[in-house]
Amino acid sequence: MSKITDLSAAQAATAVREGQLEADEVFAAYLERARGDELNAFTWLAEEPPGWGQAGRLPLGGVPLAVKDLFCTEGAPSQSGSRILEGYRPPYTATVVRKLQDAGAPLLGKTNQDEFAMGSSTENSAFGPVLNPWDRRRVPGGSSGGSAAAVAAGLAPWAIGTDTGGSIRQPAALCGVVGVKPTYGACSRYGMIAFASSLDQAGPLTRDVTDAALLLSHMVGHDGHDATSLDLPGPIELPRSEDLRGLRLGVPEELTGSESGVEPGVRDCFEALLALAEKLGASVAPCRLPHAPHALSAYYLIAPAEASANLARFDGVRYGLRVDGDADLLSLYERTRATGFGAEVKRRIMLGTYALSSGYYDAYYGTAQKVRTKISEDFREAFAEFDFVVTPTSPWTAFELGAKTEDPLAMYLNDFCTVPMSLAGIPAVSIPCGLSDGLPVGFQLAGPAFSESRLLDAAFALEQAIDFDASVVRA
Amino acid sequence: MSDEASAYEPVIGLEIHVQLRTRTKMFCGCQVSFGDPPNTHTCPTCLGLPGALPVANERAFHFGLMIGLALGSEIAPRSLFHRKNYFYPDNPKGYQISQYDIPLCRGGHLGDVRIHRVHLEEDAAKLNHIGHSGRIHGADRSWVDFNRCGTPLVEIVTEPDLRSAEHAREWLTDLRETLRQLGVSDVNMEEGSLRCDANVSVRPRGSEELGTKTELKNMNSFRFLERGVRAEIERQISLVEAGESVIQQTLHFDPSTGDLTPLRSKEEAHDYRYFPEPDLVPVLASEEMLAAARADLPAELPRQRARRFEQELGLSPGRARELAFRVELADYFEAALAAVGQGNGAGGPDPVELANWIPLLVERIGSAADPAQSKVAPASLATLAGMVAARDVSRDAAREVLAKLAAEGGDPREIVEREGLGTLSGEGSELAVIVAKAIQSNPDAAEQVRAGNMRAIGPLVGYVMRETRGRAEGGEVTRLIRERLGLA
Repeated sequence: MSKITDLSAAQAATAVREGQLEADEVFAAYLERARGDELNAFTWLAEEPPGWGQAGRLPLGGVPLAVKDLFCTEGAPSQSGSRILEGYRPPYTATVVRKLQDAGAPLLGKTNQDEFAMGSSTENSAFGPVLNPWDRRRVPGGSSGGSAAAVAAGLAPWAIGTDTGGSIRQPAALCGVVGVKPTYGACSRYGMIAFASSLDQAGPLTRDVTDAALLLSHMVGHDGHDATSLDLPGPIELPRSEDLRGLRLGVPEELTGSESGVEPGVRDCFEALLALAEKLGASVAPCRLPHAPHALSAYYLIAPAEASANLARFDGVRYGLRVDGDADLLSLYERTRATGFGAEVKRRIMLGTYALSSGYYDAYYGTAQKVRTKISEDFREAFAEFDFVVTPTSPWTAFELGAKTEDPLAMYLNDFCTVPMSLAGIPAVSIPCGLSDGLPVGFQLAGPAFSESRLLDAAFALEQAIDFDASVVRA
Repeated sequence: MSDEASAYEPVIGLEIHVQLRTRTKMFCGCQVSFGDPPNTHTCPTCLGLPGALPVANERAFHFGLMIGLALGSEIAPRSLFHRKNYFYPDNPKGYQISQYDIPLCRGGHLGDVRIHRVHLEEDAAKLNHIGHSGRIHGADRSWVDFNRCGTPLVEIVTEPDLRSAEHAREWLTDLRETLRQLGVSDVNMEEGSLRCDANVSVRPRGSEELGTKTELKNMNSFRFLERGVRAEIERQISLVEAGESVIQQTLHFDPSTGDLTPLRSKEEAHDYRYFPEPDLVPVLASEEMLAAARADLPAELPRQRARRFEQELGLSPGRARELAFRVELADYFEAALAAVGQGNGAGGPDPVELANWIPLLVERIGSAADPAQSKVAPASLATLAGMVAARDVSRDAAREVLAKLAAEGGDPREIVEREGLGTLSGEGSELAVIVAKAIQSNPDAAEQVRAGNMRAIGPLVGYVMRETRGRAEGGEVTRLIRERLGLA
């Protein structure tokens, strides 16, 4: 039998359930690797295996899980990558983490991220940047960069992250792993330290599509603690398709054409994959998402507006960092927040506060909501003709550390292809589709609300045909 | 200075916050409480912990709908929650979840005052400031008690239809009793389950334009509301009369001094940056929810009941209001009235007489007590009132019987029998003997009465009343004295 950490998470779970492996052995193997983390992927690690006798009877077989820092985990640090939550250990556990624990995936560690999930490179972290295992001079993407890097480097069998405008899909693409952003409402947000409430969704980052489906199947469902959560119409099925016969794929000119900024190496991989999809039986044709080019502008009003309110609770009064002022309430607030928040978070709080200000609300927040509605309508029309819309996940491959930190707008363009789906609340999957100059390229499939099982099925068929080999970065 | 006499007309609108009597808080499962040790009813949601989310309380909607229906408001088929953003230690999330442009209810009225809107929101935590100022500025320390945080609130905003401080107080009393009868709140101003702010302006009598208004806060009793509003009306009138203008500001009423002090402008200069609360879904008032709310409304609200007491039973407007606006009294009164109908038949007290006994009972058992919980059964009070009407017992003696009933319970007829409190009539030799003794002991008075000075009869009647311990009926005693003195 091969090395434990060479197994996919689903294979390891099966081995434990069939008695070929002990759950604690799996945990210990990964804990040892995670302890050797040179990528700064983890912010905290569990001390020892939970010692579950019953793990073999649970569907996830005791295969441990890396969890993005912003998920609250009872008794374990949960700082959302921010100094303002220094030392904060929540008294409760996020619903999706609890559900996964109950299904047999114990907590391996917490992973590094951009502060409050604001970023596309994981350079905005109070814990320092995460390195991309494919090239350590480069970023892993973000904001779930720690989860993506940990899975890519084999420091964790699987991980969860959150996606607000691309924060699962883009790092998955840049690290060569699978990432899923579910339909808005599919997973409970209870216990996820909020960035933008109407957009945030939890989802898996995994080595392959089967792992993603298995993990996601235990994350979804209505939660009494989250009024926006829903039960899916049916369970998430494990994928099994071998071809794409009859599948109609739409390629939006607005996100993939010459105006989109997609770099040539990424375009080559994307087009090669479209050709492969046709070989597998899919039909590929251009489709229109006329409002998609405005998605980023709308997103950078809506998300910061919601964030400006969501981050108001970090005031130094009850938990986390407190920098006392001159015995005066206002200076306590000002000093705590000035010290605790990083530059990008401050920038977005100010953007959002401005967008909601009296006299500006209609022009900014109001208009952005109208654009959001238009984008949803665009997708609805596209899905009348196509099963899925496909794009490159990110316009480019992993870039060098520091390359975009001085230019926020260039950084924001990372999410050009992922933000429209976030605004529409629809599910999307990113799978690795090849290498460009030795760096992974991601392929994104997006479908109508609740089409997760079908998306994963198509992604699985493509994955089998691509046969992307990432074992080199797990060595 | 009376408001009416002035050349200026006050214009007053009220904003009332009502804590709803739900079991749990507005957006979490914590128990709604009052007076428990600090921070014993809290959870991640009402503490505003990172990652926690609100889930709306259905019961609070139900109560909100009941209030809207009782006030004749238009119910929004789909209403929204918004975030109202401001920093303060009593506001753990940095925003309050409230309703903004689409409230649960719009319009309606209670009596002569129109309702502007009724909306749902959550209460803030309670701050306790340690130090001489009693307010956050200048406090040595401030403690936050999150037990209250997240308690469901309904905010009721009136149109500016009130015209005097008394009017404001009286109308708020009506509203309180209406809410109390709906069973949606404890409506206790001292405990803060009913809180009232007032918007006050003045204008020359006859003018249609509104003057500049000020907002008064912290009037935590009916008396303070009246005093605060009156003080502010007077302040504004003297400003206007001195040729100065009223500044739009928020004023804090200090009940101990009666002073109105402006809040620092920093405290009130808010841009609340309202936006739709993304953590909650819109509230749909379904037909089922409306039907359930309608079914829980009392058959009759205080105002309707007062009108019925007046028009059908002939009670005076004052007495009708006094009973109808305290549901326990009205219920008790009607129970007693029903007993008259069943048992006492003809010769029982009429409703007006019976109603007159309710305040006497209240005086006896204490104004806070529920008469239905007292030892005086409604039928007993009806019997007692009937005995007075039939002159079986004098009014004074009946009060004594009432005291005994309140202390021990029992049947009024038995008490009268046992204590010998029955009316002494002229035919009874006992009363005749006492009358004779009265004349004998007061020869001067007797002589004057005989001489035609009827005012001199007082001491004679007084003597009889003392001797009979009030059991004799006044008219009867006078008749007997006159007869005895040969005047009849």
